[in-house]
Amino acid sequence: MPLKGNLRDFTTTQLLNLINLAGKTGTLSIFEGIRTGEKDAIGQEKMKAGSVRALVSFKVGKLIAATLDNQDGNLVSVLNKAGKLTDEQARIIRERAKNTSDKALALLLINANYVTQKDIVSSIQQHIEDVVYSLLDWQEGPFQFDDGQLPGNDRILVPIDLENLIIRWSRDTHEIDRLKAQIPNLDMGLKFPENPREKFKGIHLSVEEWRVVSFVNPQNTIKQIAKANNMSDIEIRRIVYGLEQAGLVELVKPPSKEAAVGGPGKPAIPRKPQVERGVVDRLIDRIRQL
Amino acid sequence: MQTVKMVITGPFSSGKTQFIQSISEIDVVRTDERITGDAEQIEKESTTVAMDFGRITVDDDLVLYLFGTPGQRRFDFMWEILAEGMLGFVVMVDSTKPETFREAKSILETFRAYAPTPYVVAANKQDLTDAWNVDDLRIALRIEEGVKLLPCIANDKESVKDVLLELLYSILEEMEANS
Repeated sequence: MPLKGNLRDFTTTQLLNLINLAGKTGTLSIFEGIRTGEKDAIGQEKMKAGSVRALVSFKVGKLIAATLDNQDGNLVSVLNKAGKLTDEQARIIRERAKNTSDKALALLLINANYVTQKDIVSSIQQHIEDVVYSLLDWQEGPFQFDDGQLPGNDRILVPIDLENLIIRWSRDTHEIDRLKAQIPNLDMGLKFPENPREKFKGIHLSVEEWRVVSFVNPQNTIKQIAKANNMSDIEIRRIVYGLEQAGLVELVKPPSKEAAVGGPGKPAIPRKPQVERGVVDRLIDRIRQL
Repeated sequence: MQTVKMVITGPFSSGKTQFIQSISEIDVVRTDERITGDAEQIEKESTTVAMDFGRITVDDDLVLYLFGTPGQRRFDFMWEILAEGMLGFVVMVDSTKPETFREAKSILETFRAYAPTPYVVAANKQDLTDAWNVDDLRIALRIEEGVKLLPCIANDKESVKDVLLELLYSILEEMEANS
């Protein structure tokens, strides 16, 4: 069953995180949305998939390739964009190596001392990051994830951790409305996900982000963490948003706030039923018989 | 006569009424009204206003009532009343409609806050080709590992039985943990 949906129902970071956390292997296609005039289950106009806007491939949850439909993502273009090949060199190589795969071309370029292996890896990595970075801002469009579908064998695949990319993107985000929508309640607490050691391995956080991380505890509200660090609402929202989107922290209700979720003026928590274990056993027996 | 109740909740058109219909020994008492909103009109002809109501008689002394909540937010004033004294609850999610996942999560959190009772999440419509699988749903809905997320087909009685039994097992486990 392919994973299908529309980016307006998730943020792109949530979708990429899902693929990352599930350790999926395959390719995410994001399409141009064509409005159908019909409504979906929550009253939004339905969209069907048009032309492909981006392809992002993953291997066991790690980013390995990404291309935009309007970009030539072959090795020569990537090296040219990274400044490793001049425009003239790129033109000549394109002419002479028209039908050569990226892998074969990489060997030729390394052997001819045009570039090093490190140049190639870092240029491809930068290209993938740039592509994914640009689509993190996309707010709508049908998507589909096809399990097991990967770029051809001729492509050079470079595994990249998503978390650093998402953190970097959240630092640059200045959309206050989006931050407020994602972190509407500063009375929430923060907790670490399962296996935090694993998640934080290789993560590059700023001093401010580490300061917030040091206060992560379900007992501390985001507001209290902001106050302790002398941060404005927007600053703390931006940092928490980035950490949360990267899967490094999770939002939780502080224990003392549990009763307040129903909103102000709500009655006290309803009573739990007082039933004996025997009652539950009888229910189980009856349902089994149905 | 002792009565106990379970609540079946979830977003609009997630399959709550069908779930109760599949297992109730009486015709479900439905309090439906004709739908007026455009989006809702497409999904089904009528929708639950206050609640659906089903019954399973255990014996002369014990009856289980199943209450289905109305899916639309404008009736959420009823939720807390329905949650009063519930043994546990089931959150239904339409696995084929990712646009409703956010609402499902919000309903789940609201019911969790009403009462600290056990609950399970039922990933409905798992027989359809567009259904998200339960592992992906768990991540998308951010359901903790300890919470049961079960594949479900609401018009299949055996599938509904499995969901209710899993909820009852969770209730037993909690009783044992607290004893």
